[in-house]
Amino acid sequence: MSNSVTVKYFGAIAEQTGISGETLELTHDLQNASQIKAYCIHKYNLNDQETIQVAINQELNDQGTVKEGDEIALLPPFAGG
Amino acid sequence: MNENISRYSRQIKLPEIGLEGQQKLKNAKVLIVGMGGLGCPAAQYLTAAGVGTLGLLDHDKVDITNLHRQILYTEDNIGQPKAEAAQQYLKKLNSDINFHTYVENLNTENAISIIEKYDIIIDGTDNFQTKYLINDTCLLTNKPWIYASIYKYEGQISVFNYKNGPTYRCLFPKAPKNDISCEETGVIGILPGILGTYQATEAIKLILELGDPLSCKLKIIHTLTMQEQIIKFKRNEAAANTILQKPLKLETVDCQLKDNNTIYLDVREPHEQPQPEHKNILRIPLSQLRDRYREIPTHKPVNVYCQSGIRSKKAIELLNETFDFTNLINVEGGIQKILK
Repeated sequence: MSNSVTVKYFGAIAEQTGISGETLELTHDLQNASQIKAYCIHKYNLNDQETIQVAINQELNDQGTVKEGDEIALLPPFAGG
Repeated sequence: MNENISRYSRQIKLPEIGLEGQQKLKNAKVLIVGMGGLGCPAAQYLTAAGVGTLGLLDHDKVDITNLHRQILYTEDNIGQPKAEAAQQYLKKLNSDINFHTYVENLNTENAISIIEKYDIIIDGTDNFQTKYLINDTCLLTNKPWIYASIYKYEGQISVFNYKNGPTYRCLFPKAPKNDISCEETGVIGILPGILGTYQATEAIKLILELGDPLSCKLKIIHTLTMQEQIIKFKRNEAAANTILQKPLKLETVDCQLKDNNTIYLDVREPHEQPQPEHKNILRIPLSQLRDRYREIPTHKPVNVYCQSGIRSKKAIELLNETFDFTNLINVEGGIQKILK
């Protein structure tokens, strides 16, 4: 497994993807958090796109570049109580 | 006082708490906004621990569908205001506590005057609009608040605005279009129990200045895998300043209709979210239909919706059978189906 990252999905995002996470190969077009978010939104046709937050290695960061072995999380807000 | 000491003896015994800590708990004032699945266990533990003043706020009444997770209520409480039913139970648990009940919604009119009376706010709400309102009011009044939210089997918890720490808007700057409540998606009853108990834990930590509060951190809990994760985040000073410089206003949960030409009848209660704004929406709660049916057009198709499609079906049955309507169409699946 060369040059890949793990992406984890939470809340309704995990329901839409049907998986809790996956491994993504980093390509020329997949180098930062916002590119990965856009890729997943497109791949799974995710709802409420502009509210999804991204974390890189358990830290909120929607702009940062990613490197091999990083863990990316896609977090949706939810409001149940 | 001796009796009081015995009541709390097991926590006073902890060297970090002691008599001094117990006095801090007695002096503390905590407001719980929303006495549902999160608010019930939080209130129960804070009452038992001897938090001196507890505010219980909820506009809603106890319903049988609440009982699987809102553990302060019994079958006898059905139909009673939650804040009052909760107080009845909690007073029996600890008569030393000074309770204040608010049978009302938190809104822009009352938020500051209620919240400023308390030291810590616990969020037991189930909608984005009130969460943003709590957030902004806590910024304006400089109070920490303890957030939690649940979705099916997953929960989130964090402490906001604690000692100039990040706020809800630093974590989620944009309000989502749709509120999805437990009513629609379902929830395992224990999940708000876990989160509400964590919220009470954080409140006690803040009061006693013990340990590391969940400030700058979002804790995510998944009950099916029992996996937990902590996501760190920082305060966005610009976002905080925008709120501080403006009067309090409700976050509009931005939702629009898919089809602007259809006529709709919303039979939900006025507090239910989301509330799309459109001239083609007529709003008559199910309970008022018998008195207000004349407002509904009879010569063109009207799409009737509620939260899930069940009440709207009942509404159509009532209107067809009693008032001879023939033009009503049920929106199966409720409000989410007609939003863009």
